Amino acid sequence: MARSFRMPDLGEGIHEGEVIAVRVKKGDAVKEGDIILEVETDKATVEIPSPYTGTVVQVLVKPGDLVKVGDAMIHFDGGKVISAEPANLAAPPPADFAERLPEASEASAVKPGAGPVPASPATRLLARELGVDLRSVAPSGPAGLVTAEDVRGHAAKESPPSPTSPPDSLKPETGQSRPLAVQVPPPLPDFSRYGPTRRIPLRSIRRATAKQMALSWSQIPHAGSQNAIDITLLEAFRSKHKGEIASKGGRLTLTVFALKAAATALKAHPNFNASLDVAAGEIVLKDYFNIGVAVNTEDGLIVPVVRDVDRKSLTDLAIELNETVRRTRDRKTDLEDIRGGTFTITNAGAMGGGFFTPIINYPEVAILGLGQAAWQPVVIENKTGLREIVPRLMMPVVLCIDHRVLDGADAVRFLKMINNSLQDPEELLMTMV
Amino acid sequence: MVMGELTQETELLVIGAGPGGYAAAFRAADLGMDVTMVDLSERPGGVCLFRGCIPSKTYLYLSELIHDARRAESMGVFFDPPRIDLNALRNWKNQVVDKHAEGLMTLTGKRGIQLIQGRAEFESATRIRLYESEVSHISFKHAILASGSHPIPFPGSARQKNSRVMTSTQALELVDIPESILVIGGGYVGLELGSVYASLGSRVTVAELGESLLPGVDPDLIRVLERRLRKLFHAIYLNTRVLELNENPDAVAVRFKGEADPESQRFDRVLVAIGRKPNSQAMGLEAAGVAVDGKGFVTVDAKQRTSNPRIFAVGDVTGGMMLAHKAMREGKVAAEVISGKPSAFDARVIPAVVYTDPQIAWCGLTETETLRQNIPAQIRRFPWKASGRASTMGIEDGLTKMIIAPDTKRILGVGIAGRYTEGLITEAVLAIEMGALVQDLALSIHPHPTLSETEGEVAEIFLGSATHVLNPGSGPRNP
Repeated sequence: MARSFRMPDLGEGIHEGEVIAVRVKKGDAVKEGDIILEVETDKATVEIPSPYTGTVVQVLVKPGDLVKVGDAMIHFDGGKVISAEPANLAAPPPADFAERLPEASEASAVKPGAGPVPASPATRLLARELGVDLRSVAPSGPAGLVTAEDVRGHAAKESPPSPTSPPDSLKPETGQSRPLAVQVPPPLPDFSRYGPTRRIPLRSIRRATAKQMALSWSQIPHAGSQNAIDITLLEAFRSKHKGEIASKGGRLTLTVFALKAAATALKAHPNFNASLDVAAGEIVLKDYFNIGVAVNTEDGLIVPVVRDVDRKSLTDLAIELNETVRRTRDRKTDLEDIRGGTFTITNAGAMGGGFFTPIINYPEVAILGLGQAAWQPVVIENKTGLREIVPRLMMPVVLCIDHRVLDGADAVRFLKMINNSLQDPEELLMTMV
Repeated sequence: MVMGELTQETELLVIGAGPGGYAAAFRAADLGMDVTMVDLSERPGGVCLFRGCIPSKTYLYLSELIHDARRAESMGVFFDPPRIDLNALRNWKNQVVDKHAEGLMTLTGKRGIQLIQGRAEFESATRIRLYESEVSHISFKHAILASGSHPIPFPGSARQKNSRVMTSTQALELVDIPESILVIGGGYVGLELGSVYASLGSRVTVAELGESLLPGVDPDLIRVLERRLRKLFHAIYLNTRVLELNENPDAVAVRFKGEADPESQRFDRVLVAIGRKPNSQAMGLEAAGVAVDGKGFVTVDAKQRTSNPRIFAVGDVTGGMMLAHKAMREGKVAAEVISGKPSAFDARVIPAVVYTDPQIAWCGLTETETLRQNIPAQIRRFPWKASGRASTMGIEDGLTKMIIAPDTKRILGVGIAGRYTEGLITEAVLAIEMGALVQDLALSIHPHPTLSETEGEVAEIFLGSATHVLNPGSGPRNP
C-alpha cells in the first residue's frame, strides 16, 4: 500500500518549516523510527523519524524547500504504520494517495428543495470556503439577500476566538502565508533601472527573524533608556574568579552577571516580567524568570532561554550559559530551548558594539542591551571630597520597554537597579536573588 | 518508438478537447496539475469550434449582412444583389476556425498540457486504452470526461457518403446551395442553419413535431422570430411528423403527416436536426465504474463527480443544456474540485441564445415554466417599438420581458427577442446571480439610446412608471 509522509503538526502554532536535509532517497528501505528528514522550524532544527517501515517511492522535497503542515514530503510503498508517536511529534495522519479525493458525501452549498438563497456568486463561494450553510445565515441585504459580510459574520460567530488568545493581529507571525509585515508594503521600485541586482531568498533564521521583528516593531511602542555603568570593580571580581569557574567548565562572562542582575531587577519590578493581553485587557505577570540570551550564529540570530535564573548560582549560570551558547552555535537547539522566555538580554559588547537600540522580543515587554566596556576618563569625588578625573571601565547599557505596559520612570528605576548591581559586586551578591 | 506500445502516466487525464475539456485542462494546468488531454482531433476545439458554434455563427453573421443590405433599401440606401462565392465563403469560415484552433493549440502548449490524438476507452478506474494513437495506454490519478455529444440521425437512415440527408456537421460543410432544403426539427440548430441556407438563396421548409418552434421557449418571444421566419422560409409545418425519407440520385422524397400540404414533397437536401445524444457508448464507462442514466448521460453531482470519485464529467455528456458555456464552467469546477478547492457548479442561471435574426435569448425562470410548475410570478414586457435605438436600426420587432417574484420583487428570469440579444442577456445574468431586485435594474442608469435600455424600462414598468411607455398598469399575466 502506498503512503505519503506529510509534514507533521509540530504544535504551538508552527505551520511551516524549511527542509534542511533529506536523509533518504528513492528506493531506500526505511524502518520506522529512522531519521528521514531534518526540518527547521522557527529557529530550531527538528529531526523527523519515519512513521512507516517500507520503501521510499518518491522524495517530493529537497533541502531549501519550505513545507507547510500537511504537505506531502515522501511517498512510501509497503507501509506498515506504527501506532506509537515518534518522539516529540504528533503522529502524522496516515495518508495515502486517495486522500486528496474530494469527500463523496459533501453536499453542495445549496440544498435542494426550497429554492436558492439569494446571494452573489462570490458570496456563495465564500460560504463554501468557510463551510457556512447559506440557509443558516441571517441576511442583511434587501429581501433576504445574504451578503459576503453576513457570511463572514456568521462564520465568526460559529467559531468565536477564545477569550485568552490574542486577536489575529497580535498573534506571533507563524502563520503559513502571512506577510512579514502586518500591513502589506507598497510594491518595490524596479531597482534594475539603476543598476544590476541580485536576489536571495529570505529563508530559515533570516525569515523567522524578519517575521518576529516586524511583529514586535509594529505591535510594540518602544521607548528606550540608556546608561554607562562603571564595571571596574566587577571586572576585577570577574578576573579573579574566572579561572576557578573555567575549571568547572563555565565561562564567567559579563552576561552571567547581567543575567543575575536582571533576575533581581525583574523580581523587584514584576511589570517587566510580563506580557500584554490586549484581547483580555490584562497584563500577564509571570512568576518565573526565564531570560533569553541573544546568540549570534553563522546562520543568524538565535535566542536560547536560560530557565529559572533566579534559582541558579553564578557558577551554575556560568556553566549553563557556556553550554547553551555552544549548543546554539552548533545549531543543536530544539524548539523547547528557544521558547518560554520572559525577558531578553543581548550583549553586543564582544563584537565591539556601543550604544544601540534593541527590539523587544514579542510578547515580552522589555529587553536589556549591553555594549562593549571601555576605559573612560570619569569625574569622581575622592575620599577627601575633591573631584578628580580617573580612568574607569565603563559599559554602555540600554533598556527598551513596551510603553503600553511600562513608563520611562519604570525604565529609569529598573536600569538604576541593574546599575547598582553591576557597579558593585558586593551589592550584587548581597541583593542577589 | 514502437507505435501503440507506449504507456503514459498523468495526474489528470481530460478526455475530449471541446470547450468543457479544454477549459478543465487549462484551469487544472493553471492550478499546477500535470495534465494530459486526449481528443479524436489533432487540435482542440471540439464540436463547438469545428462543427458547431463557430462555423454556424460565421455564416449567420453573413446572413444578417445580406438581410441588412436588403433592408437598407427602405432607408434609402441601395446595394446590388449579393453574389455568393461559395469557395471563398467556405475559406473564410475555415480561416476563422483555424485561427481559433491555432490559438487553442498555443494555449495548450504554453500551459504544458500534453495533447494526444486518439480514441479513449476505459480499461479500469485508473487506466485508459487508446486507439488510433501513438500512445497505447494512459494511467491517471484523476480523469475528466468531456466526450461531448453527436447529432441524432433520422430514425432508420444509415449514414451514406455524400448523402443528400445531412446532419448539422455536413450542413456546415456547405457543399452547395440547394434549391430546396427540408429542415427536420424546429429547434435552434434547425432554425439557425435554415436561416443560413435561406439567406444564401435556398427555399427552406421546416417540419417540427411539436406545436411550436423552439420547444420550451416562451411563446411571445417565439412569435417575434416566427413572424420573420415565415417570410424568410418557404414553409413552417408544426405538429408535423416526417414519416419517410427516400433518397434518389437527384432529390429526397419526403412523406409527411400533419400540417404539410401536400403530404409528399421532394427536396434537394434534408437537414436532420432533431437533437443530440451523449458520447458515452463504447468508452468502457462500466469498467471505470462510471454510471450513466437511461438516456446514456453520465450522472454527476454539483461538484461534477461521477459515481467513481476519481472520475469527473462535464459538458454535453452529462446532459442538461448542451451549451459550450455551461460545459466550460463545469470543466473549471471539476478542475478546481480535483485540486482541493471548495468549488461547485452553483450557477443560478445558464443563459441561452438562439442566433437567428432576430435572436432570442433568455436566462433563469421562463414564463412557460412558471405556468407549468405553478410558480407565483409577475411578468412585464417592454415592446421594442418604444425603443429609440431599435427605430434607428429599423429593428422594432423585438420584446424584452422580465419574470419577477411577487413577494421579494427579485428578478427571476429575463427573456429577449430581437437583434443583438446575445449581448443584452448578460446584464440579466449578472442581475440574477447577484440577487438583484427589480429596483436595482431600474435605478442602474442605462445609456441612451441603446437596446439595453429596454431592460431598464421593463423594470420601470414593473415599478409603475416607465419613461417611454404609457399606462404601465399591471397587465395580464398571460400574453
